[in-house]
Amino acid sequence: MRFAYDTSYRESRRLLRFASDRAAYALLAVLLAAAPFVLPVFYVGELTYLFIFALASLGLMVLTGYTGQVSLGHAAFLAIGAYAEALLLNAGWPLPASLAAAAALSGAAGLAIGMPAIRVSGLYLAMVTLAFAILLEHAVGHWSSLTGGFTGMAVPEPRLAGVSLGTPTGFYFLCLALLAAVLLALVNLMRGHLGRAFVGVRDSEAAAWGLGIRVPLVKVQAFVLSAAITGLAGALLAHQTKYLTPDGFGMMLSMQLVLAVVIGGLGSLRGAILGAILIGLLPSFISHLKPFLPDRIAKQFGLEIFVFGAVLVGFVLFEPLGLNGRWQKLRAFFETFPLYRRDTFRRGKAYMRSERYK
Amino acid sequence: MQVLQLAINGVSVGAIYALVALGLTLTYKATEVLNFAHGDVLMLAAFIGWGLIVGWHWPFWLALPATLALVGIAAYGLERGVMRRIAGQPQFAGVMLTIGLAFMIRGAVSMGFGPESRKFETPFSGHTTHLGPVVVADLNLAIIGAVLAVTAALFVFLTRTRLGVAIQAASQDQLAAYLSGIRVKRLNSLVWGLAGALAALAGMLLSPITLVDISLWFVLLKSLAALVLGGFGSAPGAIVGGLLIGLIESFAGVYAPGAIKDVVAYIVLIVVLVVWPRGLLGEAHGRRV
Repeated sequence: MRFAYDTSYRESRRLLRFASDRAAYALLAVLLAAAPFVLPVFYVGELTYLFIFALASLGLMVLTGYTGQVSLGHAAFLAIGAYAEALLLNAGWPLPASLAAAAALSGAAGLAIGMPAIRVSGLYLAMVTLAFAILLEHAVGHWSSLTGGFTGMAVPEPRLAGVSLGTPTGFYFLCLALLAAVLLALVNLMRGHLGRAFVGVRDSEAAAWGLGIRVPLVKVQAFVLSAAITGLAGALLAHQTKYLTPDGFGMMLSMQLVLAVVIGGLGSLRGAILGAILIGLLPSFISHLKPFLPDRIAKQFGLEIFVFGAVLVGFVLFEPLGLNGRWQKLRAFFETFPLYRRDTFRRGKAYMRSERYK
Repeated sequence: MQVLQLAINGVSVGAIYALVALGLTLTYKATEVLNFAHGDVLMLAAFIGWGLIVGWHWPFWLALPATLALVGIAAYGLERGVMRRIAGQPQFAGVMLTIGLAFMIRGAVSMGFGPESRKFETPFSGHTTHLGPVVVADLNLAIIGAVLAVTAALFVFLTRTRLGVAIQAASQDQLAAYLSGIRVKRLNSLVWGLAGALAALAGMLLSPITLVDISLWFVLLKSLAALVLGGFGSAPGAIVGGLLIGLIESFAGVYAPGAIKDVVAYIVLIVVLVVWPRGLLGEAHGRRV
């Protein structure tokens, strides 16, 4: 076990308090920076997609993981961000402005949905967001004059100061930089006042009220922040896919985001990234696996959704803390090596906790 | 004339929504899990029914109870084997677990049967009856009749039999019910089995109208709207809400512009939840802290 001996306030405020952590993250940064020059183009594209997906997962994690508000329709915000980006670029906006505006528009949509939606909680909110996503997909499909309808619309190439970012390498670094910036901002936000208010609202609304947190305001803030981050991811996704159709933002995408957040481990940013990596890689992993499966199963498209479901069920039943929980257990095992006790992480016995009003 | 025709069509579709919403309400009241796999159980039942009727050439009247029993037993086993493990965890765990199960059922069915749609014949298919000025497909009459009968039977079962009253008691207060000697765990499994059989019935009645197809699970989403409109957690509300959603859809198809019909249920869901979360017949809305 490592203990931090702080000799100044500055030291206790550091993000990475151990030299080994700093070394590990520096190594990761070097590897990510070198990746596009070493890997084949296909894998650069895959990595870029993972970055975008991780960004969207971070957005949902703020809302679901930290504030405890379940959204089953976050693909709607991806769609708003993506279409806003394409339309604004077509209107001649420069890339930084259009990215910011896409995030802001999506945040505004989050405000419009969040204001009424926070009146309901729990399952009701899940249903409202689900219905909203279906409605939005429908609206995008039928508003042909603006969005190109079901035939879709092309996305202009991203250009920054006359330099094209449409190349795989350029776009890779754009996504990586935005992901890193958002992640850093969120890490700091989540250990500050607002982040703790989020967690307070999640764990007990009554206690949060008692501590002087204005619960409805905090919920709306979480909603807007989450929608804005997801909208930014949507804007990047528009450039990744290069062609937008409403089917691309269906319920399956919402579900993949929820899956990433749950499998990663609710209430941790690392979890959002790990979950996004697992869920983002699962489809290509399955297609690599197909040659080894009997033809009858491999040919059917149901295999992928079955595996998604099985992974989700497995995590809910056997590792409710997700990949992040597993990571912490592994870490604790090695840090305390001969002395690891399994009971450290054992949950207390749970009884039926009613969320109904009696 | 046209109004009457639309009303009949709306009621017969609404009856299916009501049946699905009723199953959702039963499991929600018993185990506080909103079963997102309910629609996929319905879809599975339709495929099983198709397999028995078309694949094995069973007569409809033999295949119907067999499907109900099979799916009911499977749902019983699902509660006993899987859902019980997350009792006591927050509601979100139940949502995620049932979504995962729904994906598994959907994937398994599409791996087992393939993506193409099928259909099977019922004794009612292709016949119509003249009720005064309107012409009604016998299938629709059968649906309305079956839903009425099932609702009445359920009402008698839940209010007049020892087992039914025990289920009600366990839904209201598990601990008190347990202390009175009711075997709460077994009852919860039983309620899931019952809800599974209801879903199977809905699947067997709905699929002759639409087709036996993977997308049958979408009924779940419409039924959520019915559930919310009628009042979450109220069995009479589920019935009323289901019928109303069916009627609204039927009339929106003619009197509303464009493709509103497909999404009107979701608009109703959002509006009701935001403006009037209690619904028509719901209990007082709130949470225990």
